[in-house]
Amino acid sequence: MTAISQAQKESTGQVQPRRQRRELSDRAILNLFIWPTLILLIAWNLFPLIYSLFLSFTDYSAIANKAPTWVGFQNYADILSDPQMWKYFATTGRYALVTVGMQTILGFSLAVLVQEKFKGSGLVTTLILVPMMLSPVVVGMFWKLMYNPSFGYFNFLLGFRNPSTAPEMLAGRFAGQPVPNLALWAVALVDIWMWTPFVMLLVLSGLKAIPDYLYEAAVIDRASSWFQFWRITVPQVMPLLMIAILFRTIEAFKSFDLVMGLTGGGPGDQTELIAVNLYRQAFLGQWRTGRASALAYIILIVIIAISNLYIRYLNQAKED
Amino acid sequence: MSSVELKNISKSFRYVQALEDVSFMVRDREFFVLLGPTGAGKTTTLRIIAALLKQDSGTVLFDDEVVDAMTPADRDVAFVFQQYSLYPTMSVYDNLAFPLRSPLRKTPEDEIKAKVTHVAEILRISHLLDRKTARLSGGEMQRVSIGRAIVREPRIFLMDEPLSNLDAKLRESLRVELQHMQKTQGNTTLFVTHDQIEALTMADRIGVLNEGHLVQVGTPEDIYDRPATTFVAQLVGTPRINLVPGGRDNGTFFIKDSLMHLPAPEGRSLPDNVLVGIRPEDIFIDPAGQFSGTILLTEPLGVETIVHIKSGEQMLLSLAPGITQLRRGVDVTFNILLDRLHYFDQTGKRLA
Repeated sequence: MTAISQAQKESTGQVQPRRQRRELSDRAILNLFIWPTLILLIAWNLFPLIYSLFLSFTDYSAIANKAPTWVGFQNYADILSDPQMWKYFATTGRYALVTVGMQTILGFSLAVLVQEKFKGSGLVTTLILVPMMLSPVVVGMFWKLMYNPSFGYFNFLLGFRNPSTAPEMLAGRFAGQPVPNLALWAVALVDIWMWTPFVMLLVLSGLKAIPDYLYEAAVIDRASSWFQFWRITVPQVMPLLMIAILFRTIEAFKSFDLVMGLTGGGPGDQTELIAVNLYRQAFLGQWRTGRASALAYIILIVIIAISNLYIRYLNQAKED
Repeated sequence: MSSVELKNISKSFRYVQALEDVSFMVRDREFFVLLGPTGAGKTTTLRIIAALLKQDSGTVLFDDEVVDAMTPADRDVAFVFQQYSLYPTMSVYDNLAFPLRSPLRKTPEDEIKAKVTHVAEILRISHLLDRKTARLSGGEMQRVSIGRAIVREPRIFLMDEPLSNLDAKLRESLRVELQHMQKTQGNTTLFVTHDQIEALTMADRIGVLNEGHLVQVGTPEDIYDRPATTFVAQLVGTPRINLVPGGRDNGTFFIKDSLMHLPAPEGRSLPDNVLVGIRPEDIFIDPAGQFSGTILLTEPLGVETIVHIKSGEQMLLSLAPGITQLRRGVDVTFNILLDRLHYFDQTGKRLA
């Protein structure tokens, strides 16, 4: 009897705090979940974003022991009137055009190929995806080895056995003679190799979502396979393809790690993409924090502008 | 238009025998309905005729000519899919013109225009021609997909449950339109459905499929009045046919577990145990009726009322015209049209 009442007392004693915890209001729980994330976001994203916007209007240098002084649009004016910077932007544009273009064509073709079920198609698909999963720095390292003119696989597979008559891809020379842009295309090739699988993956998911009966209807309507491809496959995959292209374009404008791993911007400034130059101005020896911030904002605006174009086109593709 | 004949078609997928030794013929200009429940093999049959599937064995003939080696394009059939299958990025006009623009056909553009306009008028979709197909309602989509089939003159129309995704009202009106179109243009049509009303109302002849076997082929009257098996008897007709076990005893004939004794049918010898099929419309409440029972339930439909009568342990459905004043729990007497009874043996086969 006493044991029972004791147990009852204990159990009611336990109920008490549990009820209190339950009284935590929905709003309190909401705050509990939101604020940690929000604080991190503000500290690591929002503050640097706004602070760098401020810095872009100053002559601040991170290593100079000097408070930032306001210079207005001077940094922006300097950058936009510097022909060297325009050259880097042009290099980046060319790089983006080639890599994204090739990734789109190759990624689409690969997707169409592996979409057909054949023996081991699952394995092949997975293997194709491997480059995408590697770290860009690692990719840069071993492509550097592969491109090596004296012992690399690249020249060997192309049939160049003598290093003195072979292309030196990363040095931008062929048989000792400089070839303009060769180093840039060498870097682009690695980027294409690495990121084509990404486009393939997105296109593949788009292809798989096309219902079979559309093709069956087309076959019965006696449509040619050419017609089926252009009138059914392409329009149906278009929204996903556009997303892949959008992602790759943004990435191309931010390309940094691969280039640093392969050439570091060289030879000369042949592979000096805008993000590489940004890094150089911000840190390598120069520490021009204010000017680098301004450049970062210019890149941001360019990327947003291009993205907007894509998104507008994407929405149009969805409308149709 | 052509006749289409299937000879001993069999087809199996990995785990199921979809069709087994199916043979039938769709005559030239005939509206043939393939009726059966889900999974009976109806769509498989259709796809084999269209060459979207290859049969394991058997032969398909168009106008007595073997077409087994022909591709879907060569067979020149038109297919109306259950899911409409319109080309989503094209306008209604382009969808309708699509089969005419095939490189194999090369129709001049003004002829295409005339044909598309004509078809749009028949199906009353002229006002939709400029619209993108994604902006159409289900009924409009199905009209367009029917239009895409009739815009050319194929050898046969294959229709795979084209009305089943539509609401009841629309289904009714499209049913009438389809039938009218088929009759005026004399198209050979093979129409697949699980809906017995569609089958009975539209068909010149019906083929009943069950689990890959063709159970019966006949006119709607044949199927309804002389069902070959209990399966067919139960498949057609709403409310469903009453199927009760019957037996013989001393020259009379009785329904088991009920109070009903019938005179033995004249001029025929039945086995000791049979299944008796009675259509609900052949049972009618009659104050002078020779059978008695209790009303369990009434379902007024307006035109008629379904009356559930319990006689002994047996439940019988009966149809009364209009809305009856009968209430549940009331004892009634009823009569049965004895010459319209159906007799089946224990395996479900009709006894001649």
